[in-house]
Amino acid sequence: MLMPAGSSDLYEKRKGVYPKAVDGFYRRLKWAIMAVTLAIYWVTPWLRWDRGPYAPDQAVLVDLAHRRFYMFAIEIWPHEFYYVAGLLIMAGIGLFLVTSAVGRAWCGYACPQTVWTDLYQHVERFTDGDRNAQIRLAKAPWSAAKIARRLAKWSIWLGIAFATGGAWIFYFADAPRLSHDFWAGSAAPVAYATVAVLTATTLLLGGFMREQVCIYMCPWPRIQTAMLDEKSLVVTYKDWRGEQRGSVKKAQAKPDLFGDCIDCNQCVAVCPTGIDIREGAQVGCITCALCIDACDKVMAQVGRPRGLIDYCTQEDAEAEKQGAAPRPVLKTLLRPRTLAYAAVWLSIGAAMLFALGARTRIDIAAQQDRNPIFVRLSDGAIRNAYMVKVRNMEARPRPVTVAVEGLPGAMLWTDAMPREQAAATVTATVPADSVAKLRLFIAAPAPGPQRQDFAFTVRATDREGGGDREPARFERP
Amino acid sequence: MADGQDKKIDAATGTELKGHEWDGIAELDTPLPRWWLWTFYATIIFAIGYVIAYPAIPMLHDYTRGMLGWSSRGALDKELAAREAEIAPLRRAIADTAITDLPGKPQLMQAAVEGGRAAFKVHCVQCHGSGAAGAKGYPNLNDDDWLWGGDLATIEKTITDGVRNPNHDATRVSMMPAFGRDQLLTSAQVNDVVAHVRVISRQDKASAASQRGTQVFADNCAVCHGPDGKGTRALGAPNLTDGIWLYGGDAETIHETVWNSRQGVMPRWDDKLDKATIRMLATYVHSLGGGEATPVDETADNEATARP
Repeated sequence: MLMPAGSSDLYEKRKGVYPKAVDGFYRRLKWAIMAVTLAIYWVTPWLRWDRGPYAPDQAVLVDLAHRRFYMFAIEIWPHEFYYVAGLLIMAGIGLFLVTSAVGRAWCGYACPQTVWTDLYQHVERFTDGDRNAQIRLAKAPWSAAKIARRLAKWSIWLGIAFATGGAWIFYFADAPRLSHDFWAGSAAPVAYATVAVLTATTLLLGGFMREQVCIYMCPWPRIQTAMLDEKSLVVTYKDWRGEQRGSVKKAQAKPDLFGDCIDCNQCVAVCPTGIDIREGAQVGCITCALCIDACDKVMAQVGRPRGLIDYCTQEDAEAEKQGAAPRPVLKTLLRPRTLAYAAVWLSIGAAMLFALGARTRIDIAAQQDRNPIFVRLSDGAIRNAYMVKVRNMEARPRPVTVAVEGLPGAMLWTDAMPREQAAATVTATVPADSVAKLRLFIAAPAPGPQRQDFAFTVRATDREGGGDREPARFERP
Repeated sequence: MADGQDKKIDAATGTELKGHEWDGIAELDTPLPRWWLWTFYATIIFAIGYVIAYPAIPMLHDYTRGMLGWSSRGALDKELAAREAEIAPLRRAIADTAITDLPGKPQLMQAAVEGGRAAFKVHCVQCHGSGAAGAKGYPNLNDDDWLWGGDLATIEKTITDGVRNPNHDATRVSMMPAFGRDQLLTSAQVNDVVAHVRVISRQDKASAASQRGTQVFADNCAVCHGPDGKGTRALGAPNLTDGIWLYGGDAETIHETVWNSRQGVMPRWDDKLDKATIRMLATYVHSLGGGEATPVDETADNEATARP
């Protein structure tokens, strides 16, 4: 795009893409998906979820500072990151599933690059007019009118970009407070930096780079193309029906020679990536299906059946070429490959849900002092010391009892109490949503094995209960 | 080789050849890239500047110090001084707080314990070990047996003035006589009293020797170690009935102790360390697991202090 003309054959200058507005089933579907995805993006951080007095009330919050991830009723601690890993694996397999069933539907409908580019193109039509007006304006010399239009367009783009970059930070802090701080100038510098970077990338990617991101930068089209098979739905120009191309007049003159395509170029005019679908499946096609809408409209005008360009599997295309009837869509979608992906996807989801339901919200870890390993006390007993960490993952303080299992005669006390108060158990209250560190002393009678395995146990003594155990070792001289 | 006549031009590249040849493989005399050359010149200029500004050339007994006067030791000193200045208020606060008041200020107490942990690693580990577990003759500071007392103020006093520090009036002194060497007791009496100590520490059963030793103990030892051998902290006389032995509880070691006496020395620290560091060391030692509560009545005899 920035190469001087004729400087090298290794680079290709960007050809401007000015997609024409179009209406139809798929265009409306895209409107709906855009509305839903943008609404999710902008609204989610503002949803509230009551978690009591000790936890934030934001429904979806990635609290990096305190290392917590909240999603409605689910709270994830850093050591439970495998849930996030599981979600990422599900997202991956979900994409396999979608791709094998309906091709590059992600690219065509839901990818942020597609959604924001689409939004930016609508803005462009609003300020500059439709395709032809845009081409004229691009070719026109700089004049006051052109500058005014450009400024208007860029301002709206910048506004959208700012709203996009601005919304991102609300996922990482309490949205209402951060919003107030942001405008008051007292938010963290990283918030401003993040907004600045994301505003810049949104403006650049959505306003100027557009289809080049899909064609040159994004690895996903390559991966998706590799995952498509002959049973995946792709946008197909039915060349056996369309060729030979010719105008309606020509076709009337020689009906045997010409096909349905009247070579009106509408499919090319509406394409947001500037390709000609009639050249066949290609990496530039994001399967947004706007050419289908455009072609259907033209076919209706000239009184020919719709679907000259349509979603079609390669297998069906071959069959149709031979004159067979297309198979029902359901049969295309439900086949072993998609069902296997769906089964894997669902079982990972079910396993994660089960694990979430069964996970303990209290947990204990113990580390033995290594220097000295043991201390002989004046009454002859042997003392070992441990750093015991009790983790309370509930959003309220919980009373717990720490005890030992498999260490006869053991007496426990902490560094906060004298040994006279040693007992078989130690009680503590773990603050909400945090880890309590207890420096625990254990004294046990000197006679016994040199190394004795035992276990720490922790039990919540409130109504809900629950507990955990941790193997440890007691050492004697 | 360097003769102009030998120079040949390589046909393919138009570059001069060096003139070497190995089995038909010749070397091109490619000129250095300009950027490389300029970078090289720049490094030479930088090196000259560096030699002038910084320490560089070793001499016989010295080295060129450079005009900036920089040295790595000086840089370290600067960093240490900056760190000292940073924690100075904390040290002042610790020095200005009586040690018995420290537990009431948890933050200050924690800072003191951590500071003590660091200072211990520098000043104390040589004798007491890195884990403060001691060694033969050097007390284990983790346990609950104290010669002079285990509350904060007593530990601080012990660190401040030391034990048997020569030429220091305030130092702690306990002088156990060398009963055998100085012929205060006969060899048989020493054996008997050793047998008695083995009995009161519940290591041996009573025997004829220990029966005889009971009287020897009452006559010679009880004045410091107490009639039942439980020791007297005011005198630094250890408890002989518990499971902890500074030098060893076997008969041979006890015999040696009684015969020759033991005169372990701990240096005073008030002439080497500042008040805050000593206070921090005391809180650290107290935190190791054997620390005792401050006696309610400070005038009370240490012997009467409740022991864990």
